[in-house]
Amino acid sequence: MSTSSATTGRTTARRGTLRALWPGRAGHGFVAAYVVLLIAFGVVPTCYAVYFAFTDGNARFTGLSNFSRAASDFRFVPAVEHVALYLVFWLAALVVLVVGLSLLLHRLSARGVSKALRFLYYIPGALAGAAGVMVWLFVLDPSVSPVSFLLREMGFDTFGQVVAPGHLPLLFTLIAFWTGAGGWIVVMHGALNNIPHEVIEAARIDGASAWQTARRIQIPMVRKWIVYMVILAFAGGTQLFVEPQLLAQASVGVAGRDYSLNQLSYDFAFQNNDVNTAAAISVELLLVGLVVAALFVARSGFFDAD
Amino acid sequence: MPTEGHPGVSSFRTRTAVLPAAGSGRLRGAAPRRSRNPLPALVLGLFVVFFVLPVLWLVLAATKTDDQLVHGDPLSFGSWHALRANWDALTSYQGDAMFQWLRNSALYSFLALVITLAVAIPAGYALAMTEFRGRRMLLIATLVVMLMPNATLVVPLFLEVNAVHLIGSMWSIILPYAFYPFGVYLAYIYFSTALPRELLEAARLDGCSEFGVFRRVALPLAAPIVALVGFFSFVANWTNYFLPYVMLPQSSQLPVQVGLGTLLDDVPQFNPTVGDLAVQRPELALATLLAITPVLIVFLFSQRFLVTGMLAGATKS
Repeated sequence: MSTSSATTGRTTARRGTLRALWPGRAGHGFVAAYVVLLIAFGVVPTCYAVYFAFTDGNARFTGLSNFSRAASDFRFVPAVEHVALYLVFWLAALVVLVVGLSLLLHRLSARGVSKALRFLYYIPGALAGAAGVMVWLFVLDPSVSPVSFLLREMGFDTFGQVVAPGHLPLLFTLIAFWTGAGGWIVVMHGALNNIPHEVIEAARIDGASAWQTARRIQIPMVRKWIVYMVILAFAGGTQLFVEPQLLAQASVGVAGRDYSLNQLSYDFAFQNNDVNTAAAISVELLLVGLVVAALFVARSGFFDAD
Repeated sequence: MPTEGHPGVSSFRTRTAVLPAAGSGRLRGAAPRRSRNPLPALVLGLFVVFFVLPVLWLVLAATKTDDQLVHGDPLSFGSWHALRANWDALTSYQGDAMFQWLRNSALYSFLALVITLAVAIPAGYALAMTEFRGRRMLLIATLVVMLMPNATLVVPLFLEVNAVHLIGSMWSIILPYAFYPFGVYLAYIYFSTALPRELLEAARLDGCSEFGVFRRVALPLAAPIVALVGFFSFVANWTNYFLPYVMLPQSSQLPVQVGLGTLLDDVPQFNPTVGDLAVQRPELALATLLAITPVLIVFLFSQRFLVTGMLAGATKS
C-alpha cells in the first residue's frame, strides 16, 4: 500500500494470480482465530463428552451402559418430568403473553407510550442469571415480599410453603418470563411493524375487529418469529440450572439440588465423581440442542441469506 | 436467561434488510383508534407493575435494616444511615470479597469482550465478503452452535479443561466466553446486507490488500455492529453463572454472579446453619444491586440504540 506506483502495479498483479491460485487465502486468514475457538470450545468438548459417555473410568468402551445407568438413576425420570413441565409452562407463557402484549402495544396510538412501556418491560433483562433469582427469592418470601398480601391471600405464610416442590415449574416460569419476556416483546413488536400498513388498513375497512385482525392477519404474518422464539426458548429451557440451584440453596432443603437435568449432570460429575454418567446426560442435552438447532437451520427461512 | 440476547438477531436483521425505508413508517402510529376499551391499558399497566416492582423493591431494600425489611412498608425508603451500614457490612464481608468478585467479573467480561470483537468481526466479514474453501460448512456450524444454549457445553468443557489441567485458571472461562458464534452471525448478517461489494472491489483495484480493505473500508462502516456484538457479549458474560461456577474453585476467583450464591449461603433466613459470617438480607439486596449496576449502566446508555434504533426500527414500507 505504501509502495511506489510501479511496485503497486506489480503487487496487484501478483496478488491477482495468488487469488486465482488460492482464492481462500485472505478468507482463511480472517476466520482462522474463530475456527481455533470453534474447534477448542465447540468441537473438542463435544467429541470429548461423546468419548466419555461411551467409555468407563478405565477408558474401556462400554456401549450404552452410561446412558442406561443415568436413566435408571432414581433422580433421572423426575428430572426429565420437571424440565418437561417447566417447558410447557414457560413456552405457553411466552407465546400467549409475549404475542398478546406485543399486539396490545402495537395498537397503542401514542408511540412514546409504547416505547416507554417496551423499555420498562425490558429492564429485568439486566437481571439475568443469579441476580434475577435473588430478587425472586425475596419477592416469593411472604415476610419481606412487596406483594406479601397477594401471597398471604393465596394461603402462603412462609417461604417454604411458596417454594413447595409442586410449585417450582411455575416459579421458574415466572423468573424466566420476568427476565426474558421484555426482549422478545421488543422483537415481536418489530415484527408486527413489518406488516404492511395497507394490509391492516384494508382489514379495518372491511370491518375486522382488533381480535380478528390479530388472529387472521397479524399472528399468521409473524408466525415465523413466534416459531423462532419457541425454538430458542425450548433449547434454553432444557438447560435449566441457576434457578433451581440457587433456590435449592435458599429453601433449606425444600427444593432439591437434583431438580433439573443439568443439575443432575453436575451432581454426577462433582458429587459422585462419575464423569462418564455426567457426560452421558450432557450428551443427551447436547443432542436436544443440536436437533433443535439443525431443525431450525434446515426448515426455517431465517438463514436464507446465503 | 434462556433468551440470552438472541432476540437481537432477528430484529437486527429485519432492520438491516429494510434500512433505506426505515423512516417511512413514522406516520402509522398516528392512525386513530376507535375502540376505547379500558382492558388493554389495564393489562399493559399490570405488566409494568410485574416487570418494574421487583426492581424498585430491590433498590429500596438496600436502604433498610433487616427489621425494616420485615416490618416496614415494602415500598418505603429506609434511611441513608441503614444504607451506609449495609454498605459497611457488605464491604467488610470476608475482607474485600464483594469488590474482588466485581473486579473479577469486570476483568473476565472485558478480556472476553476484546477477544470476541477481535475474532468475530473479521470472521463475519470473511464469511460475508470473501469466498474460501469450507466457508459454507463454517457458516452452518456457526448457525448450529449459535442456536445451542451455552449451558449445553458446560460439563463437557469442564472435562476438556480438566484434561489439560487448567481448572482454576481464569482463561478456562474467558476463552469459552470469547467463543461467540452469535457475534460472528451478527457481523455476517451486517456485512452481507449493509456493505456494498463494489466498494470493496474499488479498494482492491486501488491496490489495497485484503486486510487493508477490511481495516480501511469495512471496519469504519461496522461501528454499529461492533457496538452491538460488544453489548450482547458483555451482558452474556457478566450474567453467566454455570460456567464459572464449575470452572473456578476458589472464592477469590469468583465472578460476582457466583459470589452472590456464596453470600446467599451466609444469610441466616435462607440457611439457618450459618455462623458468625452471617449476612443480613438487605446486604444481599445491596450486593445484588451492585452486581447488576454495570449491566444497567450499559443498558441505559444503549437503550435508545437498542430499543428504538435497533429493535423497534424494524419498519418497512
